[in-house]
Amino acid sequence: MPAPGLYGAVATRSFRRFATYRAATAAGVFTNSVFGVVYSFAYLALWEERPHAGGYDAVDAVTFVWLGQALLMTVALWGGGSTDDLTDRVRTGAIALDLYRPASLLGWFLAADLGRAAYHFLVRGLLPMAVGALLFEIRPPAGAAAAVGFAVSVVLAVVVSFGLRFLVAGSAFWLLDANGPRVLAGAVAIFFSGMMLPLVIFPEPLRSISLVLPWASIVQTPIDVWLGQRTGSALVAALALQTLWIGVLLGAGQLMVRAATRRVVVQGG
Amino acid sequence: MAEPVLVARQYGHIAGMWVRASLAYPASFWMMSAGGFLITGLDFVGIWLMFHTIDTLGGFTLPQVALLYGATGLGIGVADLLIGSVERIGTMVRTGSLDVMLTRPVPVLVQVCADGFQLRRVSRILQALVVFGWAAWWVDWTPARSLVAGQMVVSSSVIFFCLFVLFSCVQFWLGDSSEFANAFTYGGNTLTQYPLTVFPKELVVSLTFVLPVAFVNWYPCLFLLGLPDPFGLPDWLQLCSPVAAAFLLGLTWLAWRSGLRHYTSTGS
Repeated sequence: MPAPGLYGAVATRSFRRFATYRAATAAGVFTNSVFGVVYSFAYLALWEERPHAGGYDAVDAVTFVWLGQALLMTVALWGGGSTDDLTDRVRTGAIALDLYRPASLLGWFLAADLGRAAYHFLVRGLLPMAVGALLFEIRPPAGAAAAVGFAVSVVLAVVVSFGLRFLVAGSAFWLLDANGPRVLAGAVAIFFSGMMLPLVIFPEPLRSISLVLPWASIVQTPIDVWLGQRTGSALVAALALQTLWIGVLLGAGQLMVRAATRRVVVQGG
Repeated sequence: MAEPVLVARQYGHIAGMWVRASLAYPASFWMMSAGGFLITGLDFVGIWLMFHTIDTLGGFTLPQVALLYGATGLGIGVADLLIGSVERIGTMVRTGSLDVMLTRPVPVLVQVCADGFQLRRVSRILQALVVFGWAAWWVDWTPARSLVAGQMVVSSSVIFFCLFVLFSCVQFWLGDSSEFANAFTYGGNTLTQYPLTVFPKELVVSLTFVLPVAFVNWYPCLFLLGLPDPFGLPDWLQLCSPVAAAFLLGLTWLAWRSGLRHYTSTGS
C-alpha cells in the first residue's frame, strides 16, 4: 500500500498543471458563456410554449443550462480528463512506467482526474455561472440541504464520469487507439447525461430509463439536487444511486486493469 | 490560372497522406466516423424531442427548424472537413511545427488546413444532408428557390471557413486558445440551428451587420420558406449571403496575412 499522501500529491500536481494555461482557460470560459447564452434563449422559447415542461419553470430551465456549462468541463464529458493521458500512454508505451509505480493504476489516474476537476469546477464552472447570473435570472440552491447535497453530488458525478471514461480509455490496451470508442462514448454521454436536453422532458419511457442509467448521475442528478427537485429521501436515493454506479464502474475498471496488465507483458511494453 | 490547380494538388497530396494514416487504425476510423454521425445525429434527436412537448419553437415548426439545422450543418460540415485543422494553429506555434511549414514551397495556409485532414468528418456532412433532405420535402420548390439553396450551401461553407481561419488567427497573438474560435464556429453552428426568433432583436441585428452568421442559413431559408422577415428587416437581405461571404473572405485574408507577419518563432 502506498502512503495515502501520494494520491493527494498527484491530485495537487494535476490541479497545478491545468492552472498553467491561462489563455486557454479564458478562451474556454468565453466559449462556455456563448453556448450558455444560446441555450438559455432556446430553452426560454421552449418554456414559454410549455411553462411547466418536465416539472421545471423557465428559471429552472435557464439555471439548468448554466449549471450544465459549469459541469461540462468539470466532469470532462467531451474528454480532456486524465483518461485521455491514459490512452496516449498506452499507445506510446509509456504505460509500462505507470505499471512499475508502487501505486494502483486506477487510483493514480483517479487522483489526477479529481485534481483536474477541482480546477475546472473553480474556474470553468464558477466563472460562466457568474456570467449567466449577470445576464439571466438564475436560481440559487434550493436550501442548505440542496447546497451541501450538490457539493457531494458533483464529486460523485466526477467519479462516475471517470469510471466510464476509464473503461473506454482502457480499450486502448486492446485496440491501441481508443479515439474511436472515446468519440462514441462521448456522444452517448452528452445525450444521456442531460447535457443536450434535460432528461426530465424526454418522453416516457425514455425518461424513466435514462434517469437510472449511469450518465444521469453525471449531469442531471447534481442539477436536480441544486434545483431542489430531489429532497429528503429522494435526495438520499439520488446520492445512493451515484455511489452504486461508482462501485460498479470502478470495480469493472479494476478487473480491466488486471486483464490488461497481462496483455502489456505479452506485448513487451 | 495554373495556381488554383497547383494549390488543389498540393492540398490533395497532404490530405491523401493523412487519409492513409488514419486508415492505419481501421477499427478506430470507422468508430470515429460513426461517432461523428451519432454526435450530430443525437443533436438533432434533441431538437426532435423538444418538439414532443411543443408544436412550434419561436413560431417555427419541426420541418422548418430541420431545414435550418440541415443547412447550417452542411456549411460547417464542409468547412470543417476541408480546413478544420486550422484551429490547431496555436499548437503548431507552440511546438514549432509552423516553422517547418514556413520553409516549404507550399502556401502556409494550405499546409495548415490540410495538416491532419480527417476523412471521417464526411459523416457529419452526410448527417446534415439527411436532415436537410427530409426537411426539403416540405419546401415548395421553384427555380429561384433551388438557386438560392445552392448558393446558400456554398456561401455558408465559405462563411464557416472564414470563421475558422479568422478566429484561429487570434492564436498568433494569444498562443494556444483554440477554444476561443469554438465560440464562433461551433457556437455559430449551434445558434443557427434554432430559428433566430428565439433571440432578442439586437442580437439578430449584430449577427446580420457585425458578424454575418445569420447569412449561413437564416436569411436564405426564409426565402426558401417564402416567409417575410419576422424582425421587419428588409427582404432583400434574404439574397445577400454571397455578399456576406465575400466580405468575410476579404477580412479573413487580411487577418491571416497580418497574423503570419506578426508571427515570431518560439526559437527552440
